[in-house]
Amino acid sequence: MSTLSKPGKGPVVNKPRIPLGKRIHRDFQMNWRLYLLFLPVLAYFIVFKYAPMAGLVISFQDYKAAKGIMGSKWVDLKHFINFFNDPYLPRLLRNTFTIALSTLLFSFPSAIVLALLINELRSRKMSRVVQTISYIPHFISVVVVCGIIRDLVSRTGGVTMLLHSIFGMPVTNMLYEPNYFVPIYIVSDIWSNIGWNSIVYLSALTAIDQELYEAARVDGANKWHQIIHITIPCLVPTIVIMFILKVGKMFDVGYEKIMLLYTPLTYERADVINTYVYRRGFAENVNFSYSTAVGFFNSVVCFVLVFFTNKITRRLGGNSLW
Amino acid sequence: MSSVTKPNEKKAIRIPLGERIFYAADDLLMILLCVLILIPLIHVVAGSFSDGASYMAHSGLLLWPLKPTLAAYESVIANQNIWTGYRNTLFIVIVGTSLDMLFSLVAAYVLSRKKYMLKKFFNLMVVFSMYFSGGMIPFFIVVKGVGLYKSIWALILPSLINVFNLVIVRTAMTGVPDSLEESAQLDGAGHLTILFRIITPLILPSVAVVALYYAVSHWNSWFNAMLFIKDRKYYPLQLILREILILSDTDEGFMMSETIQFATIVVATIPILCVYPFIQRYFVKGIMVGAVKG
Repeated sequence: MSTLSKPGKGPVVNKPRIPLGKRIHRDFQMNWRLYLLFLPVLAYFIVFKYAPMAGLVISFQDYKAAKGIMGSKWVDLKHFINFFNDPYLPRLLRNTFTIALSTLLFSFPSAIVLALLINELRSRKMSRVVQTISYIPHFISVVVVCGIIRDLVSRTGGVTMLLHSIFGMPVTNMLYEPNYFVPIYIVSDIWSNIGWNSIVYLSALTAIDQELYEAARVDGANKWHQIIHITIPCLVPTIVIMFILKVGKMFDVGYEKIMLLYTPLTYERADVINTYVYRRGFAENVNFSYSTAVGFFNSVVCFVLVFFTNKITRRLGGNSLW
Repeated sequence: MSSVTKPNEKKAIRIPLGERIFYAADDLLMILLCVLILIPLIHVVAGSFSDGASYMAHSGLLLWPLKPTLAAYESVIANQNIWTGYRNTLFIVIVGTSLDMLFSLVAAYVLSRKKYMLKKFFNLMVVFSMYFSGGMIPFFIVVKGVGLYKSIWALILPSLINVFNLVIVRTAMTGVPDSLEESAQLDGAGHLTILFRIITPLILPSVAVVALYYAVSHWNSWFNAMLFIKDRKYYPLQLILREILILSDTDEGFMMSETIQFATIVVATIPILCVYPFIQRYFVKGIMVGAVKG
């Protein structure tokens, strides 16, 4: 990042003609204390981040815990081929995609809209109150949120009753109805995160030069024009970056919440790749290698998604992560 | 609060009708939103003070307790599991957050230094791990392999560094002027002195935010505990909550009245909600940095 930003300051960086061996030697002599300091951090990353990546090799094996990675039999692409022929695959892909896309369509813009609305509040006090209240749900644990959801959408729950009296919807436990699953997931997701996710847009909004608005007003622009032609264009860079991050996490749908909410009755709509990885790893029909292969597939898809979204947005507008 | 207020415009400018409607609608919408956000919480609190039998007979949202009583709280306080869970969670939050901060500060310090050869490599290594991971099973095998299975340390050591948080601290450190560090070096200060005596005090807001993030994530996490903790003695609070709130619906063995469930929610959530207003004013800063430089 900033390594080369100040030429003339770094004697080591600035003389690339010294042979490599000598440079390494000199670097180590100057910085060995720094490297020593980093050693525990390096160890952490190797053990808990990179060793699991290396552990992905078990997806090419019939892994047996007793035999370990070294002793287990290699089976090439068997698990991947099985996964592509898995009768559940279409369902998993469809659900993962539906939930991911719904989040992108509803949760993601909701925070932007909230930020715009808070930004237009005239009372400073009111905007502070709205912010404080809307951040609260973010701090409530997913277990508790799911506990509350379970109560609200049960047969006698508040939401069930409300929907019944307003739209005449049948009185049932909504969590046992596959078709309600995604709406419940999305609405509760918005409840949890709308305030928190709006923070980043709010701070981008405060950075907008107020003179722009004054100039626009002098030119006769009304509120609507100002929002369309000043506020939103100024937000675009932030939106793009958040969008990339979001797309990257897209296939990583919130499986913790799904696991707390779904039942075999709703697997049809609720089961996603990550929950399937968990079940095949720990709960039913356990097979570590198969589960790892499914997870591996998911990780690769995620990585490719971030990579390409980043490439595309960079080409389009110059905002990118790297 | 640093955020979002617009200076009150000069009164001389007349506000057109359209804009006045816009502002009124905006106020109204925001009030509505706050109500929608608060209603489930009010329902939970009201339910926790309600009489168990009356709640069972009732349907719909509560805004006020039915036959107010403290009975639910008495059962929660009498529930030994909750206190063991509390103790375990407190241990994880305090020890975990301290270690997280230590590791993150050291890592961010090294990553933000200049003039050493492996800088690019280290940064790449850290950032890559944010976008690609080994997934659930290999992670499980590694944690088990290093002997943390069934140990409470499995909830602390494998999650020492969250790269997103690390990036927030690193960016804050990059903003500290070099001259401070250089003059300290001339005085013979070592890396640790520079890091903890000079840089850390200067970036305290970011440090506070990141510490809050770590603490909240330890307080709220349950998934790893479910994977690694088998002995009920070491169950963190969230795992106990899961039994009370989630499994009680489906499994007769955990059956528990709803008012008690609500009281448990209140008892388990109040501490974290008490901390957050104090750090709230730093949020904007912390999040902004993390998002933009991520």
